[in-house]
Amino acid sequence: MTVNDLQPNMIHAENLTHYYGPYPAIQDVNFGVRKGEILGFLGPNGAGKTTTMRIITGFVPPTHGTVTLDGYDVVEQSLEARRRVGYLPETVPLYTDMSVNSYLKYMGTLRGMSPDAIKTRLGQVIDVCRLGDYRKTQIGKLSKGFRQRVGIAQAILHEPQVLVLDEPTIGIDPIQVVETRKLIQELGRDQTVVLSSHILPEVSMICDRVLIIDEGRIVAEDTPKNLAEGLQGVERLEVEIGGPAAEVLPMLKGIDGVSDVTHVNNNGRHTYMVQAQPGKDLRDDISQVVVNNGWSLRGLQLVGMSLEEIFLRLTTHEEL
Amino acid sequence: MRTAQAVAWKEIQLYFSSPTAYIVGLIFLALTGFFFTQDLGDPFPEATLTPFFDGAIIVFILLAPALTMRLLAEESKLGTIELLLTSPVRDWEIIAGKYVASLVFFLVLVALSFFYAILLFVYASPDPGPIYAGYLGLVLYGAAALAVGLLTSTMTNNQIVSAVVAMGILLALFFADRAFGSVSGLAGEIIGEMGLRGHFQDFSRGVIDTSNIVYFLSVIAVFLFLSIRMLESRRWR
Repeated sequence: MTVNDLQPNMIHAENLTHYYGPYPAIQDVNFGVRKGEILGFLGPNGAGKTTTMRIITGFVPPTHGTVTLDGYDVVEQSLEARRRVGYLPETVPLYTDMSVNSYLKYMGTLRGMSPDAIKTRLGQVIDVCRLGDYRKTQIGKLSKGFRQRVGIAQAILHEPQVLVLDEPTIGIDPIQVVETRKLIQELGRDQTVVLSSHILPEVSMICDRVLIIDEGRIVAEDTPKNLAEGLQGVERLEVEIGGPAAEVLPMLKGIDGVSDVTHVNNNGRHTYMVQAQPGKDLRDDISQVVVNNGWSLRGLQLVGMSLEEIFLRLTTHEEL
Repeated sequence: MRTAQAVAWKEIQLYFSSPTAYIVGLIFLALTGFFFTQDLGDPFPEATLTPFFDGAIIVFILLAPALTMRLLAEESKLGTIELLLTSPVRDWEIIAGKYVASLVFFLVLVALSFFYAILLFVYASPDPGPIYAGYLGLVLYGAAALAVGLLTSTMTNNQIVSAVVAMGILLALFFADRAFGSVSGLAGEIIGEMGLRGHFQDFSRGVIDTSNIVYFLSVIAVFLFLSIRMLESRRWR
């Protein structure tokens, strides 16, 4: 275990690499998560999010590297590490022929809770996850949204120090999504939460820190705000110009400080997306060019980068 | 230990609420009932449970895998194995819990067959020795068959595959004593000694031989051990 800043990491992952056969699912993944922090894994399908989470929870051992939870190695001191984890896998694993109540009791016992503790916690968790009317219902008869709630209920039942949620809001209706996010934020106050998602607004809303993972490697790591700001150093302008596109395009590209221009013809409205080099304000240069050529400048707008775009840029290997 | 109990209790409840288990029970009673009454039509019927025992061990080659096939294969299929293996539960606790549950259901089946013994004791005066010994042998035999079935259930997420492979292993072990005649030398001796049937026959004749008890306990131990290792190895795939 290493000490990062003043507070030790609750989760500490070092050089995680995992191979499925000859194919690396993740490579050299390093990160730390502090107590009371919510970390979001963001990445396209197959990027290695689930693999990383499975390693944290001890379901799959890393081919190389180590993970410690509260100082316990997930492979060497697996049992101690597992005592600290609440886990919601991607496909919510439920015994469909059990009732909600008996399923949660069973999971509580497996997590080492005493019957008394289960009794007190069960009521709370059922309230929090709004399962009150379905305590006796067979899980197989529940809708997908309710199954997801049962899945979350089992993950938080034993008040784990580390909560690992793989796509926690997938497949549930918008109202429940809002409730679930709120719940995760509340949990994140005293617990350590790691969640994965491919819904960007969700991650930027809930998470204190985001890890963008692609092809098994971490490509960016920061707060959602910093990530967006850092990449907005690249100025982008949306310009609408009245003039022949064949002439306008090379002229725009020729302006000093322009790194890229893309042209969109929208029913005769010619819009150009101008990508400037970091820190350059090209608005004056562009209008100058337009005026000099006798075209008309119909619109000029600074465009920020959304988290979606950052994500796409980082994961589709475009040059910035 | 409490977790092993919880696993066992959950599985026992599932047995008594699942149709498979009742179908298995029905087939067991129907077939063994047939074996039991087979000799009764004789002009001078013998007050013995030997035909019942000899039939039951064949029936169990088919029924034991049907009882165990669900135990871990379904966990893999449903994905619940992911929660099971990430809970602070030791692998042996999972296997022990599952095994005990199947054993309990099996013992209930065996207990139902006491009916045949009671009939004999009421209407005739059978030699009790072979009956007691036979039941001991039957329990050991069944326990071994269940351990084989549990192992194959940990190996796959397909219940059918689990059952068929278990039946294959049980059939091979059942007839292994034939190797005494057909395979020459030491190999024949070793394979022959592994036979389930050979070790059972002494029991149904009323002979309790320690070596037979040790044989069945070893089979149980080996297959349970392999099941634990197999479950452990799931973490490494």
